[in-house]
Amino acid sequence: MILSRLNTENDVVAQINAISGVDVRACYQCGKCTAGCPLTSAMDLMPNQILRLLQLGEYEQALKSATIWQCASCLTCAGRCPKDVDPARVMDALRTILVRQGVAHVEISKIPADLLAEAPQQALIGGFRKFVGY
Amino acid sequence: MRLGGGSVRIPYFPGCTLHSKARGFDASARAAAQALDIIMEELPEWTCCGATFSMSADSVMGLVAPTRILVSAKEAGKLLTLCSFCYNTLKRTNRVIATDAERRRKVLTFIEEDYQGTVQTVHLLELLRDEIGFDALAKRVTKPLQGLKVAPYYGCLLLRPAEELRFDDPERPTILENFLKSIGCEVVDFPHKTECCGSFVTVGSPETARECSSSILEAAVKQGAEMLVVSCPLCQYNLDRAQREAPAGQAHAPAVPVLYFSQLLAIALGCDEACLHLDGLSVDPRPRLSKWLGQKAEVTALA
Repeated sequence: MILSRLNTENDVVAQINAISGVDVRACYQCGKCTAGCPLTSAMDLMPNQILRLLQLGEYEQALKSATIWQCASCLTCAGRCPKDVDPARVMDALRTILVRQGVAHVEISKIPADLLAEAPQQALIGGFRKFVGY
Repeated sequence: MRLGGGSVRIPYFPGCTLHSKARGFDASARAAAQALDIIMEELPEWTCCGATFSMSADSVMGLVAPTRILVSAKEAGKLLTLCSFCYNTLKRTNRVIATDAERRRKVLTFIEEDYQGTVQTVHLLELLRDEIGFDALAKRVTKPLQGLKVAPYYGCLLLRPAEELRFDDPERPTILENFLKSIGCEVVDFPHKTECCGSFVTVGSPETARECSSSILEAAVKQGAEMLVVSCPLCQYNLDRAQREAPAGQAHAPAVPVLYFSQLLAIALGCDEACLHLDGLSVDPRPRLSKWLGQKAEVTALA
């Protein structure tokens, strides 16, 4: 990979910064977000790796990763980040870019019937907003 | 608000889940509040708050529903809620309305209201701590739950982001511990009390939520917990469901009942057991609570 401003300063990363209100360049890769994240066992890329990819302009890898759909917005990372980068907001921005393009992580018609019947409404509403964009 | 000076009324927002999947949370809290001379007055018209706070800096539509709810409590200046999701969404939305002039203007123009972000969203636990006081609460307890080993589980949305919610210390909270002590319980400290249960990820990846919840349950049981208390219907669902079925090849999560804190409060205050709704859980809490559940329950059991 050739590091160049052409890669690192691109429109999509600028959009992620704008939606999240976070400047991803502020991250200094201490790894605290990943160390405290309770969802990492289900992630293919660690939260700090997502941040690093965005710093390098490699937003496509970040958008393709399973990680962004596993983040539960629990804000453990946000509370512990020494640079106020708030990785949870960045994850939300990545999901937002996709759902605004019509890319849904969850197909509502395929949600198992028992989950629909038993899950609290807040789970469905929260899930739809995060994974479908409604 | 002072005890003994007649009843105090406070506007109450139940949210989307408390009239259906979490009826025990709603009913037990109302009964317990009434026993403490607090009347929870449900807002006359309300909608869902949107469940999750929109973290996108450019989001405006996500603020509309919670702002409208806040506006309807404008006169009282306070709004009581029980669910952690509602608490988080209402409080964070209010901060945006109070501090972000541009988004405030857009939202208020859209809903045709005038509001400056003056309503304080209050959680029932805060009301018990700050208005009544845990010492005073202990004096109102008629059935102290002595010997019951309870692990307090906070989850995420009551605590974080701490600088916005100012609910308790995000890493070492104590409000649930102090509450449990005031009703006579033995508090079981465990390292996962602020870890996420998997939250709404349960909709997209139920197995992920199960894994998160199982590790929380294991940690609590390892420390000797006989019960967990929560303040969120989704925590309750994830933690309870994780104990129901284990996928092939995976260890079964330990069996421990997961209750709302208000259910234990209602029992300790001697409220009518009809408010508890203790049925339908994967792990039945009633055998362990039989000592404090009254005559009526026993008669039913015999019949």
